Amino acid sequence: MTDLLQHAFNGLVNGSFYALLALGLAVIFGMLGVVNFAHGAFYMLGAFGAFILLNEAGVNFWLALVIVPVVLGLFGMGLERLLVRRLVALDPLYNFLLTFGLTLIFQDLLRMKYGSQPQPYPQPAGLRGTVDLGLFDFPAYQVFVLVFSVLVSLGAWLLLARTRVGMIIRAATERPELTRALGIDVGRWVSPVFGFGIALAALSGVLAAPMRAVSPLMGADLIILVFAVVVIGGLGSIFGSVAAGFLIGMLQALGNVYVPGLATTSVFILMAVVLLWRPAGLFGREETAV
Amino acid sequence: MRRNLIPAISTLAVVSLLAACGGGAGGPSSGGGKISDDKIVLGVINDQTGIYSALSGPNAVEAVKMAVEDFKAKHADDAVSKNIEVVVADHQNKPEVANTKAQEMYDRQKADIILDVPTSSAALAVASQALAKKKLYFNITAATTALTGDKCNKYTFHYAYDTYMLANGTGTTVTEAGAKNWYIVYPDYAFGQDMEKSFTKAIETSGGKVVGKKSSEFPNTSGDFSSQLLQAPAAHPDVLGTMHAGGELVNLVKQYNQFKLKDKGVGLSVGLMFITDIHSLGPDALAGTRFTDAWYWNFDQQNRDWADKFKEKTGSRPSFAHAGNYSAAMNYLEAVQAAGTDESDAVVKNLEGKEINDFFLRNGKIRAEDHRVIHDVYLAEVKPKSDVKEDYDYEKIVTTIPADKAFKPVSESTCKMGQG
Repeated sequence: MTDLLQHAFNGLVNGSFYALLALGLAVIFGMLGVVNFAHGAFYMLGAFGAFILLNEAGVNFWLALVIVPVVLGLFGMGLERLLVRRLVALDPLYNFLLTFGLTLIFQDLLRMKYGSQPQPYPQPAGLRGTVDLGLFDFPAYQVFVLVFSVLVSLGAWLLLARTRVGMIIRAATERPELTRALGIDVGRWVSPVFGFGIALAALSGVLAAPMRAVSPLMGADLIILVFAVVVIGGLGSIFGSVAAGFLIGMLQALGNVYVPGLATTSVFILMAVVLLWRPAGLFGREETAV
Repeated sequence: MRRNLIPAISTLAVVSLLAACGGGAGGPSSGGGKISDDKIVLGVINDQTGIYSALSGPNAVEAVKMAVEDFKAKHADDAVSKNIEVVVADHQNKPEVANTKAQEMYDRQKADIILDVPTSSAALAVASQALAKKKLYFNITAATTALTGDKCNKYTFHYAYDTYMLANGTGTTVTEAGAKNWYIVYPDYAFGQDMEKSFTKAIETSGGKVVGKKSSEFPNTSGDFSSQLLQAPAAHPDVLGTMHAGGELVNLVKQYNQFKLKDKGVGLSVGLMFITDIHSLGPDALAGTRFTDAWYWNFDQQNRDWADKFKEKTGSRPSFAHAGNYSAAMNYLEAVQAAGTDESDAVVKNLEGKEINDFFLRNGKIRAEDHRVIHDVYLAEVKPKSDVKEDYDYEKIVTTIPADKAFKPVSESTCKMGQG
């Protein structure tokens, strides 16, 4: 029983990354109708950002956790103004291709500079030990990742559900024309929302640096899984993407223990089942799925 | 006028006659049938940008070019040919790409030899092309023992390392040092499965036991090994043996450290590690880990001298694959020089059974029976950060495993050279 709990807890930690990435994707998709393929690349840029700050300027993990998402978020806003916006009116495939192209460019630029070998990133000083969780010990850093991402997800939810800005964004997401007709300048919020989504990807990248191999391909490996998470949660559903993120993380961890070999496949099987049973996703509403 | 013409013509005739005979003493033969196409072409096929590009990749090509330059400098006017080319192809670690590229190199680019070729399945494809075209292939970076076993052939040689040598070195020594109970984690594809089998055999032969094993999907898209690691302590192993390579190894070791398995009495042993992996993790993450290395740049002054030259060219320190590529290219050229021709059968004849000592091959010998190139290998230990004096100064050599003990003995080989 303790074992089971330990594996489930471990799954939640891995789910943290899926949740944060899926949340960013969902917000962007909801507001712009853009499937951002470059999301994995921004996750990778986040990890590299932390690595570069540490090695070039001696900036520690905690500062990087603030600086990197802000910088990349602003960069994302610029990208939206400069490129993404011009294609929004066209078939969604155009933006899909654009972001796919951007992914390849980012990957190769870093590969030119750093090669494909993974780069070292140490664990932050205060979190090197283990924490006693009652039933079992767990690495402090992993526990921090879980708590932190739950807080960020809660924060994002509060922002969207309880503030005026959030209300506008939700309204613009679900009924853009109607919101516009009510005299609200929807266009003004598109860039910040895109930037916010990118900042979340960058944030999870920084969180991943001490745990995973920091390499130009780290995002490309992950993004397909995150797409599956978003589909399962319900495209554009903010709560759904977070919940599905944690759920999938747990499913994968338990799968690894009890049915090894099927762990990753099980995610896609679940996706197929969900699509058949609830085409809008577990938490999506029919309207938002269109 | 006419009187002057006659001696001139006769001199010319004598000179051309001499040239046709292959040149007198000291004259390099630039023509005739001895060197095919009037040039020696060395081809390198490897991974130029992907997961194995750091450990061999573009810098392996650089190493081969260094060998060509050194060969030219050494033999100067006596060189069997002054026209030596190096050609490169990227196989992206895919066997079918490697197969086509090898064909193209032997046929169109007139390669006399192909070098390197990481990824076992790709290496086997190149070996079959070498046999079909009757041209040489020196494998350096692929690990499968099949190249000198079931799939051996007259034109294929295996340099540097293989799965037997890794299992024999690390599995045996770690078990004999007291870590009797092993928990093995391995990636679920050809290399990982082969390593798992070789290690299990080596461990059991030396009195140890595999108390548990767990595979991971390959490639591991989530980069997560925590569930494999969480299961290990329950089996009470003395040591966790990982057979992962490159980026996956880096991920696994990071997580091994985070889960504090060492504090729970589970040591770490790594099946295959390149110096580039230690660089990625930082030495502290691996301090004390023992593994088998085919060559280490900071072992002695001779290695260091070469590593310094390599650093001048590339800006980094060489992995054993880089050094192996240099040595293989050099020894091939020397064999051509000795045979006086690049004709494959003559070069193979010169190579078979040859004993070689250079900075890479210590007590080296090219076994005629299966074309395994044997040499001393090393049991290495990763230094703690406090002992690291410069970049890439990561290894302490614990013992030297002599050439005749390091590799699979000929008596156990399944190679049937005659029928290849």
